Amino acid sequence: MFLLSVAFTLVIGCEREFSDDVEFAEFPPNGDVFIDTFSAGLDYFPFVDAGADPEAFSVETEEVYAGDAAMRFDVPAFGNGFVGATFNTTARRDLSGFDALTFYAKASKAASINSIGYGISGETNNKFQVTANNLNVSTRWEKYIIPIPDATRLISETGLFWLAEGASFEGDEGGYILWLDEIKFEKLGTVAQPKPAIFEGEDTTEQAFIGSSLTIGGLTQTFDLGNGTNQTVSIAPSYFNFESSDIGVATVNELGQVIVLGEGTANIIAILAGVRAEGSLEITSNGVLQAAPAPTEPQGNVKSIFSDAYVNDTESNFSPGFGGSTTETAITTTNDGEVVTYANNNFTGIIFDNTVDASGLTFMHIDVYVQQDGTEIGLQIRDVGVNQTIDTDVNTGFPIGDDKDLRVDLTGLTVGQWTSFDIPLDGDLATQKNNLGALILVGGPNFILDNIYFYTE
Amino acid sequence: MLLSTSKKMIKNMKRTQYKPFNQVLFKYPLLVFAITLLGCETDDQQTVARFTELTLSEEFDTDGQPNPSIWGYEIGTGENGWGNQELQYYTDRPENVNVQNGVLLITAREESFEGSSYTSARLVTKDKFEQRYGRFEARIRLPYGQGIWPAFWMLGADIDENPWPGAGEIDIMEYRGQSPTVLIGSVHGPGYSGGDAISKEFTLSNDRFDTGFHIFGIEWGPEYVNFYVDDVLYNQITPEDVTGPWVFDKPFYILMNLAVGGNFVGSPNEETEFPQTMLVDYVRVYEELKIN
Repeated sequence: MFLLSVAFTLVIGCEREFSDDVEFAEFPPNGDVFIDTFSAGLDYFPFVDAGADPEAFSVETEEVYAGDAAMRFDVPAFGNGFVGATFNTTARRDLSGFDALTFYAKASKAASINSIGYGISGETNNKFQVTANNLNVSTRWEKYIIPIPDATRLISETGLFWLAEGASFEGDEGGYILWLDEIKFEKLGTVAQPKPAIFEGEDTTEQAFIGSSLTIGGLTQTFDLGNGTNQTVSIAPSYFNFESSDIGVATVNELGQVIVLGEGTANIIAILAGVRAEGSLEITSNGVLQAAPAPTEPQGNVKSIFSDAYVNDTESNFSPGFGGSTTETAITTTNDGEVVTYANNNFTGIIFDNTVDASGLTFMHIDVYVQQDGTEIGLQIRDVGVNQTIDTDVNTGFPIGDDKDLRVDLTGLTVGQWTSFDIPLDGDLATQKNNLGALILVGGPNFILDNIYFYTE
Repeated sequence: MLLSTSKKMIKNMKRTQYKPFNQVLFKYPLLVFAITLLGCETDDQQTVARFTELTLSEEFDTDGQPNPSIWGYEIGTGENGWGNQELQYYTDRPENVNVQNGVLLITAREESFEGSSYTSARLVTKDKFEQRYGRFEARIRLPYGQGIWPAFWMLGADIDENPWPGAGEIDIMEYRGQSPTVLIGSVHGPGYSGGDAISKEFTLSNDRFDTGFHIFGIEWGPEYVNFYVDDVLYNQITPEDVTGPWVFDKPFYILMNLAVGGNFVGSPNEETEFPQTMLVDYVRVYEELKIN
């Protein structure tokens, strides 16, 4: 680092090329990961802190694809931990001459590997991580290809291979053996026709305010593998070059974080190795967002869903992805904490990870900010009953089975201001509010919410 | 890499052995060169690449429509999708056929047009350029994707009086967009047409046909057609190989087209990207005076 900073000073100061004495360190272009044994410098790092079973991995000498050894992972049954590890090398590798990580895999029963890839590195914060999700493996040896999004980035790599696989629910496959062999980086020459994407290829719009930030998600790269199949991988933001059409309104850093700096509209796009990514973000900033009124109820009287003032009673899913929903939801950080913004909402929901027992509570509070005249939002507070699932008549949208709900319209909203609502938990919820599981939001279509919580006075 | 490929090819070939073309020679096509085929049953001392007199040199150097004195068009959907249930409507519009920057662009588009869901183009030299025997080659970058079917091929010039397959067909290059590493070269004639054509596939190693230009060619003389790609001769077809009369001793004309869908490739799917373009850098035809 010191040498490089000296070199930059020289270049700027004297407009000279890098001196002959200053060379980028070059690392060996060794693509081998595990052929018949651990390749040079490779080590096993199980994700023990996350609950992975460190004993799940072993070196197998009976069931191999080629040579005399393979990697073996004993995937535990549901509830007994999972297989999760990265294989990193102490000596850095130059992987820029390859176009894919390849391996042979076989399982004792057909399975789908949750995540498998490369680029886990503590010291770079996984800057160039690549993950193939839900990779299907069968009971015979087959070759798998995980393409490199842009190999020119991979000149100093330590995270050569990682995977995470387990039974994520009762009934998911578990209690089986997964073998991997001949794991290596290769130059196949047949990995082509890149199709990068941000926001999963969607053109999205967001409202924002000065000081707010949001992170670009849905980052993928897709290649045609030469055998008629496309392989999509989830990739780290640092593979992209992000561009803002107006850096006075918003900038994007290499981690894909959009920072809003001024008023106006900026279009954010991304380029990966010279190819324009599908998907974009049109971000409109209306200046400074005033803070929502500070809640005054004591924490002891509150079960909170979303507020900086309180500890959450449960985490929630703010983007449930209902079929037919057009809603774009973003948790946005402002100078006064987080708010949740909605754009193009037809219907969406906030699904609680755990139900909320509001038996002893009497109100729900919610703050709403709008920027367009005539905005009205339909709110449904849903109790999901003892079966803990949302039961809805698909034709009418009304609760069925053991579900109950309360429906109110959030109206009388003033443009450019926060409006606070305190909704009595009455109607059908008067007698059943011990399994509150979701809030459904209908219409709008553009609004911002803050301080969503249940409370008693 | 190419050498090892060629060695493998030698093992695969039924009755011929050869040395690979020297790649350098392709840069100087007029240079006289000869490669000896060893141990041929057909001809012990057969030479390839001996056709050296240029008879057609279409370099696509003028922007716009390709030279009308050489290239005509077949328009529409033919009969039953040109006999193959192809899905495209062929036009001569610049959206589908155009020369730009020294390259002919044949572009397949997904659009509603005259009752079809796709448009594309099919260029023919019928009644404009026809030749018996010779070396026919084109330098092409191919499109890709499920249901994409480009071809550089020839038909017997007597096809109006002598309907297919009697007229004969030589497929210098056919390719399925879903298999971007695989080239197919074939001949069709009476008794060996359609699915029974005499055909051979060639698979590129560590490369694909849709990421760069490749040279597709034949050398065709009395009683043989040699198929090559770049510097690899990958097949020879002689009268002994065909299961019917040899119909390749008369003039043929050239066709270049980009089909969508049809029996040979199947339909495009959700992952097929449109538009897809076949880029042709040149088409060159040579003759050898003693033979032609």
